[in-house]
Amino acid sequence: MTSRASSSPVARRRLPFAARLAIGALIGIVLYYALLVAAQYLSNTNAPDAFNNSIKTSTQQVANALVLGAIYALVALGYTMVYGIIELINFAHGDVFMVGAFIGLFFLTNAPEPLDFLGLHLTGTIAEPVVLIVVLVAAFLVAMTFMGLVNVTIERLAYRPLRHAPRVAPLITAIGVSLILQNVMQIIVGTGDRKVPEIVPNIHVGILGAEIRVISLVIFIVAISLMIGLQVFVNRTRLGRAMRATAQDQQAAQLMGVDLNLTIAMTFLIGGALAGAAGVFQGQYFGFVRFDLGFNAGLKAFTAAVLGGIGNLTGAAIGGFAIAFVEVFSQAVGQARWSQAIVFVVLIVVLVFRPAGIFGQQIGERA
Amino acid sequence: MSGRLANIGGPRGAAIRSQIRDITDAHRSLTIIVAMAIVGLVLPILATVPPFSIFQSLDVWLNGFSNAGVFVLLALGLNIVVGLAGLLDLGYAAFFAIGAYAYAYGASPFSGIHAPFIAMLLIGALVAATFGVLLGAPTLRLRGDYLAIVTLGFGEIVPIVFLNADKYTEGTNGIGGIYSPDLPFIEFTILNPWPFYALVIALVAIVMVFVYRLQESRIGRAWMAIREDELAAASNGLNTVTTKLLAFALGASTAGFAGVFNAAKLTLVSPEQFLSTVSFSILAMVVLGGMGNIWGVALGAFVIYTIQIVLLKQLNAFFAELHVPILQDINFVQYQFLLYGLALVLMMLFRPEGLFPSQRRKRELHSAATAEAESSAVAALDESLS
Repeated sequence: MTSRASSSPVARRRLPFAARLAIGALIGIVLYYALLVAAQYLSNTNAPDAFNNSIKTSTQQVANALVLGAIYALVALGYTMVYGIIELINFAHGDVFMVGAFIGLFFLTNAPEPLDFLGLHLTGTIAEPVVLIVVLVAAFLVAMTFMGLVNVTIERLAYRPLRHAPRVAPLITAIGVSLILQNVMQIIVGTGDRKVPEIVPNIHVGILGAEIRVISLVIFIVAISLMIGLQVFVNRTRLGRAMRATAQDQQAAQLMGVDLNLTIAMTFLIGGALAGAAGVFQGQYFGFVRFDLGFNAGLKAFTAAVLGGIGNLTGAAIGGFAIAFVEVFSQAVGQARWSQAIVFVVLIVVLVFRPAGIFGQQIGERA
Repeated sequence: MSGRLANIGGPRGAAIRSQIRDITDAHRSLTIIVAMAIVGLVLPILATVPPFSIFQSLDVWLNGFSNAGVFVLLALGLNIVVGLAGLLDLGYAAFFAIGAYAYAYGASPFSGIHAPFIAMLLIGALVAATFGVLLGAPTLRLRGDYLAIVTLGFGEIVPIVFLNADKYTEGTNGIGGIYSPDLPFIEFTILNPWPFYALVIALVAIVMVFVYRLQESRIGRAWMAIREDELAAASNGLNTVTTKLLAFALGASTAGFAGVFNAAKLTLVSPEQFLSTVSFSILAMVVLGGMGNIWGVALGAFVIYTIQIVLLKQLNAFFAELHVPILQDINFVQYQFLLYGLALVLMMLFRPEGLFPSQRRKRELHSAATAEAESSAVAALDESLS
């Protein structure tokens, strides 16, 4: 009783974590927006209507960054969960994301040769809202289920036998799995870009003079819901508790009756499913997919996970958005070809000055 | 019968054999040099006899051997990092690139400088090592696997930088017209593969002796101690960070060394020679050959490179010529990285010590299984006692 009495006033004064996070995110977006506007305005002050134009393009870019960030965040969650629970950098995760993008494509159009009856053979947008929603949900479910199962299979075959091997061994198999996924996909679909039918009608919503595509809103809302869902799962359910326990101390968790193999498999299932969802987003947002897009996306998502404090779910999500902000900013100031290098510099700087990540110490939860 | 076979050569033969063993044990560095000289003589002879001479002419073979030699150098260098110190470097080609570009700046019309080749070998190694230290110093303080991702990123970024900074690197075209090596008495021309072949054999021998002596030294033992148990090594007074950094920097410098030779041989450096696929190839060579074993790694690199360049390409031509229905449509070169991926996974699962293992590494990699077997044996014993 005494402890409660002494701690409750402090707790009452602070807002709940989610609220603080939302406020912080909002402030971050506003600051970023101001930065973008300033950068664009200053770069061509003399042009007529310069201020309005810079507001317009900046709005567009913020929307772009939020969608990109949502995709990176979903991939980063897979990295961070796996690292949190078995301390393995799952190099194959970026490629799981890439395969997810292709599964989405195969479902909407047609799968390769012997299985091509499995696809919906779509070519363009779907005007009927009910059908559209059903198809979208189905595409998500197919990609998420499939990639979840693929990721579990990878864990079972390539990582589990090496759980007690020297640390370098599972890292090498991870890079091997990454090469396998990438090259199998290359053999199936070839090296070029594959066009994805953008099934959501090209309707725009006007915000601050900019035209935001509906698909952007859909992606952002669905991604945020998935992240909240994951938080609830990890913090409120029995399996989520088992995951957190395993992340803290495998042996102790096992002694408390946690099924280690099941918990780790579950982590890979969820990570793969999120990557699958991100893959479908990727296809729908950019309109094309490639066999090698997993490499860069994986590197960025991993940087996001490190930035947020690896092992930390909220951190990974915020890191994903932060990386996207950095990338879009480098595009906004006309240095798109350096964006990859800038992201890498971010990774090095974080490792030098704050290796535990931005949220590494403040939040104890890990999964 | 078998007793007789063992006695071939009589007591004299046995004595000579044991004498040779004594000499090779006492002068191991010399043995490496002699062995490399023998290899250097045997390879051209092999290339002129039937099964090999069918594929391509001697000059093409020699040129291929020189290129393979570059990969042997790279594999020997990566072996210091992955095999001896147990660190994973996934961007090794970046240091290769840095060495090559260092030579391009030091000896080409592009920069207007023509520094001597020998000096550039050392400078290239030094520049690459400097970048290795710059990259390794912040990363190696952290847990080992951060190095893997940082080097992966570095390997991706370096070609991008060389590509984008076109004011200083000529971008996609690369820097051309690089001077061939200038050594006294030997003239290096693109048309004559022999001098390059001899030079690469000499470089491989030097690096092998160097790595061998390192491995058997105090530093080498320190690396292996860190690889096997970092905590135990640290509590025995090893400064693990500087020791790991040394391994990383020496690995990088070997890649820089190889880069200088490669640039001087091709007379052209361009970003697409150093993509991350090169890093993965070298890693596959080291893992297949046997991490930690100098001869295993060198052999692995040589065999894989030769298979990749000669056999996979020839297989296509071979099946196309015979009009084999399905096989002629398969592009075997395309499967190369799929095969590497499979090799990495399967080797780690079933034969982590590689095809030509070093004894110590083998024991270490199987220690988990041994420990498990031991503990189950103890459990069985306990049960039988109670």
